[in-house]
Amino acid sequence: MKASDTGPDTHLDQDRRSVLSWLLGGGIAASLGSFFYPVIRFMNPPHISEVAVDEVSGGKLNDLKANSGKIVKFGNKPVVLVRVSETEWKAFSAVCTHLNCTVQYQGSTRLIWCACHNGMYDLTGRVVSGPPPKPLEEYAVRVRGDEVIISRRA
Amino acid sequence: MRPPVIFLFLLVPLFLLAEGTTKNTCLDCHSVLDGRAQRPALLVKNDVHTASGLSCSDCHGGDRTSDDPGGSMNPAKGFIGKPARKAIPKLCARCHSNPDFMRKFRPQQRVDQYELYQTSIHGKRLASGDENVATCIDCHSVHDIRAVKDPAAPVYPLRLPETCAHCHSDRQKMAKYGIPTNQFDEYRNSVHWNALKIRGDLSAPNCASCHGNHGAKPPQVESVAAVCGNCHVLFAQLYQKSVHEPIFSAASGGGGCIVCHSNHGIRQPTTAMLDGPKAVCSQCHDPGTPGANVAAQMAKWIDGLDSALKHSESVLARADKYGMEVSEAQVRLGDGRENLVKARLALHSFEPEQMKKPIEAGMAIANETLRASQDALHEKDVRRMGLAVSVIFIGITILAIWVLIRRIESNDAYRSGANAPAPK
Amino acid sequence: MRAKAANWLGERIDLNAVRELIEHKTVPVHSATRWYYFGGITLFLFAIQVITGILLMLYYRPTVSEAFESVRFIMTRVEFGWLIRSIHSWSANLLIFVAFVHMFSVVFTHAYRPPRELTWLTGIVLLGLMLFFGFSGYLLPWNQISYFATKVGTDVAASAPLIGPAIARFLRGGEDVGAPTLTRFFAFHVIILPLATMALIALHILLVQQNGMSTPPWLTASSVRQMRFFPNFFLRELMVWYCALAVLGALAAIFPWELGEKADSFASAPAGIRPEWYFLAQFYTLKLIPSHVWVFEGEILGILGFGLLAAFWVVLPFWGVDRAGAARARLVTGVGVLLASYLATFTVLGYVK
Repeated sequence: MKASDTGPDTHLDQDRRSVLSWLLGGGIAASLGSFFYPVIRFMNPPHISEVAVDEVSGGKLNDLKANSGKIVKFGNKPVVLVRVSETEWKAFSAVCTHLNCTVQYQGSTRLIWCACHNGMYDLTGRVVSGPPPKPLEEYAVRVRGDEVIISRRA
Repeated sequence: MRPPVIFLFLLVPLFLLAEGTTKNTCLDCHSVLDGRAQRPALLVKNDVHTASGLSCSDCHGGDRTSDDPGGSMNPAKGFIGKPARKAIPKLCARCHSNPDFMRKFRPQQRVDQYELYQTSIHGKRLASGDENVATCIDCHSVHDIRAVKDPAAPVYPLRLPETCAHCHSDRQKMAKYGIPTNQFDEYRNSVHWNALKIRGDLSAPNCASCHGNHGAKPPQVESVAAVCGNCHVLFAQLYQKSVHEPIFSAASGGGGCIVCHSNHGIRQPTTAMLDGPKAVCSQCHDPGTPGANVAAQMAKWIDGLDSALKHSESVLARADKYGMEVSEAQVRLGDGRENLVKARLALHSFEPEQMKKPIEAGMAIANETLRASQDALHEKDVRRMGLAVSVIFIGITILAIWVLIRRIESNDAYRSGANAPAPK
Repeated sequence: MRAKAANWLGERIDLNAVRELIEHKTVPVHSATRWYYFGGITLFLFAIQVITGILLMLYYRPTVSEAFESVRFIMTRVEFGWLIRSIHSWSANLLIFVAFVHMFSVVFTHAYRPPRELTWLTGIVLLGLMLFFGFSGYLLPWNQISYFATKVGTDVAASAPLIGPAIARFLRGGEDVGAPTLTRFFAFHVIILPLATMALIALHILLVQQNGMSTPPWLTASSVRQMRFFPNFFLRELMVWYCALAVLGALAAIFPWELGEKADSFASAPAGIRPEWYFLAQFYTLKLIPSHVWVFEGEILGILGFGLLAAFWVVLPFWGVDRAGAARARLVTGVGVLLASYLATFTVLGYVK
């Protein structure tokens, strides 16, 4: 290059070049950032521990007295867990087969009862009286240590 | 060679014995006769009595082992031919009212059908000489009588309404009794028919559930609430304690539930029954009176909660479609719907105070889930913003690369390097 | 500084081959140059599949009881899980579409001519692997539609004569689609197919480098203007990749991939069950064939037909080598147009019907 070449054109050229490299570098850096930000966040384990929906804990063994029941969230459906006696446990879908109300265990009658239309189910899930057209789906219950585990029946 | 012959001799008496018990000359002849005389022989194959080992002569008498028609159908041997209509219930009752006999076949089956039949309108009229009324065979059919739990039986729950309608929808037959014939048509538009026939719910009420079967007659006005209360227990309890119970019961021309809900053609109740031009309440409560105002208020509550829940549901569904996490809110919404059901139940106390609690609880849930779904939709917008930002960066980079290419290639044109020969 | 680093590296690794490639690789510039980009896009989308696939494996669980739940967990609980899974699904579909475009561009520019027969063969095998990738990946979320699509797909395989039942058994890992199928589709999808694909891609690219870029036969290679691969062509390709990324991001954000209902082997098949779009043409053809053609069963006939067609297509570089160049090119173009229009029409018909 000769000295005489350094005219206004070359200055402009250099300016353009710096703008371009700034644009290119910045663009690539920013776009890569926008690609990898989600990736990093994805790899970060979520705070809500994984929902094991084939099995949920029904709480501690001694939380529930004999001849009483409670509602447990199973995935996004309610389940009624019943401690029939000291050693016998039962669990059923708590969604009434009539109009989808949530049923409850009634210790006095030893039946599962729906408050909406007085549907009654026995402790095998069968309809004893009232409008429900179908029995309640039964879940399996087992005791692990001092924890009660409800799981879907195979 | 010898032993088989000996065996044949041994078999002869056994064979004779066997023929003695199962021989049925009735079928032998009737199955080859024509028309009406052949029908019983064809139908009886499907009869529940045949399956239990009974045969023609057990009802019709005579001697089924005799090959001679004069002998088999000899009145001296008890042959009665076609039983008189009036005699049919009694004929069936010979066995069906005999517990000792029935125990051998169906130990759990009731034996009071005949007794009940005698208390029914059908039975009373038959006793007074009206032979047009239903007897056993008109509902259970004849010669192909099936068990009630057999889906092909005319008294199977799904088929029973049509069986009753066979006579009760026949205007000619009903004319002389002066009773309406529209019950089946009305019933076919009812929630009960829908549950029974459309949803296939066998526990849904058919004619016999309210009228009884063998003792069939209309439930009297005073017992209607009790009949409905069989299934609708909580409604009946609230209603029995309500201000309307004594008034409706005392009113002539109908009682209890049917004042508002009618009888055979019970539709899905709507709030239009409470308020507006078609309101059943306005039969007694003129518009503007306190009673009508309360009804209007109740309708407003139910409609309000219903539409609030539906609105939350639709916004939730929208958020769900965008892949947002709303399952928790959807469960909550189920609780909201439960409150709506409870509010509709509480209405039957006819006291606004009782309805208030479920309505308020339901509204709180509807608002809570609406907020959750709006948050989810907001999150969706955040995603789109993120996309927009990313696309802007991508756009800038593409633009910069394009400028860079232009630059490089304008230099190439100057230098026209060895690798880039100029076009011809 | 930079020179020093290059020097240091150069003393330890022989970078001459790379430098040689960068400096001397060129791309012909003519009216069909744009089709050269499609191989690169396919490669780029495959890279996206590898990256998003590895990410999904952090949370996915390949068991019947947990597969659906874990995908739902990814979609709803994991931050940006919806994005990663949707990109993986969309990119898979785009990848197969682009691979088809790449293949037909090779046909219509006659790039399969000697000495590039092996490049064609590896490419066809790669396309087959991509289809298998799609088929196996479709089942992994274990939802109702994918479960039944896999049932139908393996049933079709089972009806092939002689080896059909054995193939179906091999694919299903048993007599029916169930837990063993999921396990083995997972193994296909994340280990077997990726290894095979990467090896073949390496071979495919190596062959492209050795033989150079093909110039269409209607141009004289020596007179065609050349563009340097690096940076001229590479920068253009980079622009295309960036565009593809923007499209993927938009598809994922605006149309997140559906999750559907969990598969239930006792439920009846949902209405309108059909495979992924890239199997629709075959699916629809099989539906059209009458159940009995003369003494043959229609479905078997259809499968045999597809088999023959595929075999015929694979050996495309070897057709009519004895004919004059122009006549041969016309033949291949004709068959290519026929096949492309058949696939396009029947895919659309299969979608509409």
